[in-house]
Amino acid sequence: MGDWMTITDPESKNLSQYTSETKMSPSSLYSQQVLCSSIPLSKNVHSFFSAFCTEENIEQSISYLDQELTTFGFPSLYEESKGKETKRELNIVAVLNCMNELLILQRKNLLAQENVETQNLKLGSDMDHLQNCYAKLKEQLETSRREMIGLQERDRQLQCKNRNLHQLLKNEKDEVQKLQNIIASRATQYNHDMKRKEREYNKLKERLHQLVMNKKDKKIAMEVLNYVGRADGKRGSWRTGKSEARNEDEMYKILLNDYEYRQKQILMENAELKKVLQQMKKEMISLLSPQKQKPRERADDSTGTVISDVEEDPGELSRESMWDLSCETVREQLTNSIRKQWRILKSHVEKLDNQVSKVHLEGFNDEDVISRQDHEEETEKLELEIQQCKEMIKTQQQLLQQQLATTCDDDTTSLLRDCYLLEEKERLKEEWSLFKEQKKNFEKERRSFTEAAIRLGLERKAFEEERASWLKQQFLNMTTFDHQNSENVRLFSAFSGSSDQDNLTAHSRPRQKPHGVSNGAPVCSSKFTKSLPASPSTSDFCHTRPCVSEHSSSINVLNVTPEEAKPNRAGRECASQKWSVASRPGSQDGCCSGCSLTYTNSHVEKDDLP
Amino acid sequence: MNFSEVFKLSSQLCKFSPDGKYLASCVQYRLVVRDASSLQILQLYTCVDQIQHVEWSADSLFLLCAMYKRGLVQVWSLEQPEWHCRIDEGSAGLVASCWSPDGRHVLNTTEFHLRMTVWSLCTKSVSYIKYPKACQQGVSFSRDGRYLALAERRDCKDYVSIFVCSDWQLLRHFDTGTQDLAGIEWAPNGCVLAVWDTCLEYKVLLYSLDGRLLAAYCAYEWSLGVKAAAWSPSSQFLAVGSYDGKVRVLNHVTWKVLAELGHPAAVSDSRVVVYKEAEKSPRGSLGRPACPPHRAAESRYEVAEVPVSLQTLKPAADRANPKIGIGALAFSADSCFLATRNDNVPNAVWVWDVRKLRLFVVLEQLGPVRAFQWDPQQPRLAVCTGGSKVYLWSPAGCVSVQVPGEGDFQVLSLCWHSNGDSLALLGKDHFCLCFLETEDGGGSALGPPGSLT
Repeated sequence: MGDWMTITDPESKNLSQYTSETKMSPSSLYSQQVLCSSIPLSKNVHSFFSAFCTEENIEQSISYLDQELTTFGFPSLYEESKGKETKRELNIVAVLNCMNELLILQRKNLLAQENVETQNLKLGSDMDHLQNCYAKLKEQLETSRREMIGLQERDRQLQCKNRNLHQLLKNEKDEVQKLQNIIASRATQYNHDMKRKEREYNKLKERLHQLVMNKKDKKIAMEVLNYVGRADGKRGSWRTGKSEARNEDEMYKILLNDYEYRQKQILMENAELKKVLQQMKKEMISLLSPQKQKPRERADDSTGTVISDVEEDPGELSRESMWDLSCETVREQLTNSIRKQWRILKSHVEKLDNQVSKVHLEGFNDEDVISRQDHEEETEKLELEIQQCKEMIKTQQQLLQQQLATTCDDDTTSLLRDCYLLEEKERLKEEWSLFKEQKKNFEKERRSFTEAAIRLGLERKAFEEERASWLKQQFLNMTTFDHQNSENVRLFSAFSGSSDQDNLTAHSRPRQKPHGVSNGAPVCSSKFTKSLPASPSTSDFCHTRPCVSEHSSSINVLNVTPEEAKPNRAGRECASQKWSVASRPGSQDGCCSGCSLTYTNSHVEKDDLP
Repeated sequence: MNFSEVFKLSSQLCKFSPDGKYLASCVQYRLVVRDASSLQILQLYTCVDQIQHVEWSADSLFLLCAMYKRGLVQVWSLEQPEWHCRIDEGSAGLVASCWSPDGRHVLNTTEFHLRMTVWSLCTKSVSYIKYPKACQQGVSFSRDGRYLALAERRDCKDYVSIFVCSDWQLLRHFDTGTQDLAGIEWAPNGCVLAVWDTCLEYKVLLYSLDGRLLAAYCAYEWSLGVKAAAWSPSSQFLAVGSYDGKVRVLNHVTWKVLAELGHPAAVSDSRVVVYKEAEKSPRGSLGRPACPPHRAAESRYEVAEVPVSLQTLKPAADRANPKIGIGALAFSADSCFLATRNDNVPNAVWVWDVRKLRLFVVLEQLGPVRAFQWDPQQPRLAVCTGGSKVYLWSPAGCVSVQVPGEGDFQVLSLCWHSNGDSLALLGKDHFCLCFLETEDGGGSALGPPGSLT
């Protein structure tokens, strides 16, 4: 469009020139058109216009122009005349002004015209464009309309075809139906004919039979040199009712045998399957139960089944025998439990699968890579450790061998043994001093205990005295009350008495049990320390408890000592083990006694509970 | 593997005695009894006409020769050669003759199936059974020889009669729900009788010994039905081959289908081994000019790469008895394998693994399979295709053996010795024996390494 515009511009300028010239002239439109049509004519036109003013008609032309200009609103070309008769004179200033104005106007007009023309051109090109578009769209419309018509036509045709096909299908179906009917009728006809023929055939057979068989045909015969004995050596038997019954019996026997055989087989199979099932169940239970006890978030039903299975387990033995008796009763139970287990297993496996898939999904992340690196590092570490351990083992082996080698020659061993003995003597001395210290401590404790016991005894005596006095007072007060009160009191007293008894029994029981404990524990501990109180003579339980606890603490102290001694020993040669073994039972015993103590304590507590 | 010399034979009548000691063969009107191992002639009997049927009695003491054209049966004794027996059916005619399981009675079927005559060799007694049905397999003795099941047709209805063989007393008589009964067969345990209908309708019925209907089975309708049926020796399975080219295996507990064994022409399962018989290249035979020139080239088996498409026959749909469907099927003696032949894939024998109920092996021969039979002792299958070769398959492999001899010996049929050591190969006019156990007891029949692939 732009190009086109630039191309047309010069033309429009030319045109504007000529049209501006024409505007000035009073000539007819015709001449203008003629001018517009041909540019080369312009010279002639000039000559034609030049004829407007000649020497002769100056006045006229001036007046004409004046008139024309005044009509167009310009000031008159003539001077203002004072008198009407006086001849008006041409005002040159006015003429020049007019000329100037005209020229300005002309220029303005030219500009405006140019604008208008360009606009016109623009509009024209727009118009053309729109017309083109319109034409195109019209074409499109036409084509689409045609297409639509075509499609409609095709649709119609297809519908027609479809209808035809439907018709054909219907016809075919009818045909099929007809043929089926024909077949059926043929079949019945055939069967009928067959039957008829067969009947005829039978009749003929019958007839033939009569003809052939009933006539004493001499030919139908058997020639035998002599009759042969039966294969089983028996004589042929007559057909009687008896034989018939026997045959029946035999038949049923055969059938029964067969069924029995089959039943046996089935039973065997069943037993096998049961075995497998049972084994499976057991394995499932063993597989599933530990997993369920750990994670508490498991579904309730699963734990429930486990519990139920656990409950069932005690009856397992009896049930196994039951299975052999009849399947009916147990079958449902068994299958149900198996099914449950299976479901659990399935869900578990599914979960695992999910986890695996998740891991796989996550496997593409960096974490996995890092973990792998970790793994590798770990493995490296472990390998290093293994190597170290191996080296250790090697060195140990070497040492052992060396030692063995050394033990072989007696002289060195005796020497070594001597030095070992010296070392051990020193150690023994140390331990002895330790023991002594402990003994002192224990004796101190014992003294304090005895003192405390004496104090307690005194206190108790005082307490009992107090109580007696209090009871006496009560009794004296009670005698003043009436019967009812006395009964209440009696009830109360009975109650109090019973409670006392209860208290007594509660006391007495632990009193006996701790005896065992106190007997047991000091015996164990007395192995170490003779200074320990052999048995707390104080019968009070409250008293024995701390005693026991102190025993255990003392035992702990004892236990520590050999263990502390161990590191010292570890540095030494293995030959010292003999001695350490000798000393160890003591420590072990100590442990045992500690264990037994705790055990008995718990036992006592348990006994107390009911 | 050794071959005997070739002996003359007519009508492919050659039978091993049930005890395995003797071999009876017929040449025109002569009956020759040989020792089964040495093949020396022990007895020679002369009948009055060309023998059409020969059968050993169960105790191997007697031989029955039927001459249907004459309506005559001649019985010979092996112990007393001078003893003879001649049964004449006279004008009634004769179409079939067989021994009863006790070996003392001969059952003759007269022409037009008018009746069945039971001749006793022990007494003078003669019994008649009326209305035997003319069908594919209308007589069946139970394996223990106690019972005879007989298909009958009366008043356009099918019946089955069960007789006690010891005294020919009727034990049970019941009608079967069949349109046109085609066959009956006892299960090997003698407790179940399988009955199948004509090919127009797929129907298999199972009756107990006491006549109760145990089960009825119908695989499909509106199409040709049962073509062949076979019990497994364990009585556990009944394999039913039908015109749709499938074998359906029924079980003995529920009598429902355990498996449908299809016989598609394309074998695509990679677990199946396909043995393809291939002719040896003529260069090989040229390389050994010392060998007597055979008309048929030697062949061997090659293991074909699955998937394999087998040669199929386009059956003529407008003819009666179209060559489609399972026409032959047999269980091995241990019930572990089932061999079948699909009639529109005539060159192939399918061997199925019964324990897994899937196809095990396919043997594709160069010619159409004429007959196959299992070794009575071990899972070993002998196949013949009417050529001069006999083929043996066992789970260990497959071998093709050229029958030596002058001229062309075409093996049309074969039958195993009861101990599985030898095999009689029957041609049109000759037969020979094939001994599978070698003298030194070394290699088995499938030993020759050259023929194994």
